[in-house]
Amino acid sequence: MNTDTHATHADDHHHEGGHAHGSFSTYMLGFVLSVVLTAIPFWLVMSGALPSKQITALVIMAFAVVQIVVHMIYFLHMNTTSENGWSMMALIFTIVMVVIALSGSLWVMSHLNSNMMPMHQMSGMK
Amino acid sequence: MSPDLLKLIFGRLGFESLPLHEPIVVGTFAVVALGGAALLGGLTYFRLWGYLWREWFTTVDHKRIGIMYMILGIVMLLRGFADALMMRGQQMLAFGGSEGYLNAHHYDQVFTAHGVIMIFFVAMPLVTGLMNYVVPLQIGARDVSFPFLNNFSFWMTVGGAVLVMASLFIGEFARTGWLAYPPLSNIGYSPDVGVDYYIWALQVAGVGTTLSGINLICTIVKLRCPGMTMMKMPVFTWTSLCTNVLIVASFPVLTVVLALLSLDRYVGTNFFTNDFGGSPMMYVNLIWIWGHPEVYILVLPAFGIFSEVTSTFSGKRLFGYTSMVYATVVITILSYLVWLHHFFTMGSGASVNSFFGITTMIISIPTGAKMFNWLFTMYRGRIRYELPMMWTIAFMLTFVVGGMTGVLLAVPPADFVLHNSLFLIAHFHNVIIGGVVFGAFAGISYWFPKAFGFKLDPFWGKLSFWFWVTGFYLAFMPLYVLGLMGVTRRLRVFDDPSLQIWFVIAAIGAFLVLLGILCMLMQFAVSFLRREQLKDVTGDPWDARTLEWATSSPPPDYNFAFTPVVHDNDAWWDMKKRGYQRPLTGFRPIHMPSSTGTGIILAGLATAMGFGLIWYIWWLAAASFAAMLVVGIGHTFNYHRDFDIPAEDVIRTEDARTKLLAGAR
Repeated sequence: MNTDTHATHADDHHHEGGHAHGSFSTYMLGFVLSVVLTAIPFWLVMSGALPSKQITALVIMAFAVVQIVVHMIYFLHMNTTSENGWSMMALIFTIVMVVIALSGSLWVMSHLNSNMMPMHQMSGMK
Repeated sequence: MSPDLLKLIFGRLGFESLPLHEPIVVGTFAVVALGGAALLGGLTYFRLWGYLWREWFTTVDHKRIGIMYMILGIVMLLRGFADALMMRGQQMLAFGGSEGYLNAHHYDQVFTAHGVIMIFFVAMPLVTGLMNYVVPLQIGARDVSFPFLNNFSFWMTVGGAVLVMASLFIGEFARTGWLAYPPLSNIGYSPDVGVDYYIWALQVAGVGTTLSGINLICTIVKLRCPGMTMMKMPVFTWTSLCTNVLIVASFPVLTVVLALLSLDRYVGTNFFTNDFGGSPMMYVNLIWIWGHPEVYILVLPAFGIFSEVTSTFSGKRLFGYTSMVYATVVITILSYLVWLHHFFTMGSGASVNSFFGITTMIISIPTGAKMFNWLFTMYRGRIRYELPMMWTIAFMLTFVVGGMTGVLLAVPPADFVLHNSLFLIAHFHNVIIGGVVFGAFAGISYWFPKAFGFKLDPFWGKLSFWFWVTGFYLAFMPLYVLGLMGVTRRLRVFDDPSLQIWFVIAAIGAFLVLLGILCMLMQFAVSFLRREQLKDVTGDPWDARTLEWATSSPPPDYNFAFTPVVHDNDAWWDMKKRGYQRPLTGFRPIHMPSSTGTGIILAGLATAMGFGLIWYIWWLAAASFAAMLVVGIGHTFNYHRDFDIPAEDVIRTEDARTKLLAGAR
């Protein structure tokens, strides 16, 4: 199979609409970005460049979120129009669900922890 | 043989695991064994095994899978209801020093099994079965998106049901209540197999439910016929879509929670233990993140059924279609924001409790909007009080009562009084029976002629209806009273003799429901015998409005010879109004998926693996898991996945229908 037929094939698919495909350069860009986004958190932890562990953790989380976005755009080819907008809709729904479940659980469990755990309450009493 | 070898082969399974000391269980086993032997003997005698295997067990036809789901649901209803009768009997008798007839060990299993079976193996199969049968027909599709997956999902659900049923005769079931809260369900307090049966039955069935959810979402999004935009979909399809979105979003949470619980039980982690940093409250929190959406998973399709039935039997377009759709979507989202109302009393502060109390009350707004939409649909309609419509009206009256007690329970201070009382039991039976069960019955009597080509016998149906409805009120209104007086749930014996009369009334109600169930079985039998008189050749016996009524009853394997084109919400009604003529020529071969036995084999292996894990028979678990991988990978090399129905067969089928229709005029 030579590259020419491959290219026309990819072109055909483009015309069907709905599906977005990546090219070599976008895959490369995604790859480089994800490597960089992985390397920086490693470096932060190994070198201890930031003053506190908490800040380091938060920065790593931020990098992780960016990493997710990079993967979705460059590897999963998601954009607002792919699959007639269904993939965007599914993404928004997923994010809403995850945010509800995580933030709600944290809120609820922090309440339960401070009200219902006797050991904790005693040590935490002021 | 040495004990070590026995342990290697049979795990912790031994003769002492058989409940021979429980006369009730032994009696049940004798009846089940005799009935089962008669059934198997009959199947062999009439040489039906080949037919069942080829036409039903291995089928990928969404219609047949839907019917099998309904049969599973009804069979399991008998088991779940037997548990209910036992509880009503026990609570009626256990007064004035009497211990009743069930010991604590058995009684605790009965109420746990009742809850688990009714939700997972009655309500879910009935709802999934109706969606499976109706949705592809309503959107003008030939089958679901992934027909093999559909077969596999069904058999996984059966696998879970088999494990629950096995626990009745081999070992025991959980004694923890239907959600198996730790620390009670942890290995320290429940060292026996009960909770393991619970975990693996739900995990096996859960795979089926999740996959079927993905399948139906994909079907609805991708396979709608030309012209059917989202806002032209029938309301039942809309509610099915939202239900399946909820399934896909929430069942993974259940899977993870149960997986963490099994890690606690099997390898000694401390996610939900009391000590070593575990938190049982996290389990309660997580399982209700699944559990609350679950009740909407059950009731949303019922809302869809009532919408179709109300509009058809009032002879009118559904009032407020758009508001109905938005109400459904809003309920879908809101159902994720209320889970804490199941544990207001667990110790959250005022801010958390009031937030979740308010979100709970807000859900009643879209639900109320739906109620008014149904009422306005009926208003000035020419209402025909056929069986499906009767169930719908019973639903509307009953569900409003259940909804109001629900809003009452949503007030946190009131919940502190009513939490875990029989008032709560009455409330959720009021909405689940009044909503889901009545909805399933409305759906069964509405779509039965579509599935089998003859209507259900109205006499036995009405008898069943009245027994069910009066039985329901007699059985559960006393529980509201008892709950207000402070009686808590899951009690086995009582001291206060003044309470007994209410339990006697409730038991009479349960007995009436039993008559209702028997009349329903009678109705199926009588309808089958009278099928010639009850026959419908038109395919549209109710003068209905949506696409499933455009094809014959029962529909041909390919559903529609030509894919319909839709211009209106009530597509079939619109076609009838515009003088639609069935195409009589130009038929072409139709591309269809082939049957495969892989689904039932995989599910059988998964069930065996579950059984091995429950009893610590590690070689069985490992071997079945390996076999599952082999069969699964082997199936990817099966290239005989589809075939074409030849044009001649289509012509023959369609000509037969043309003759029938000509005869009917």
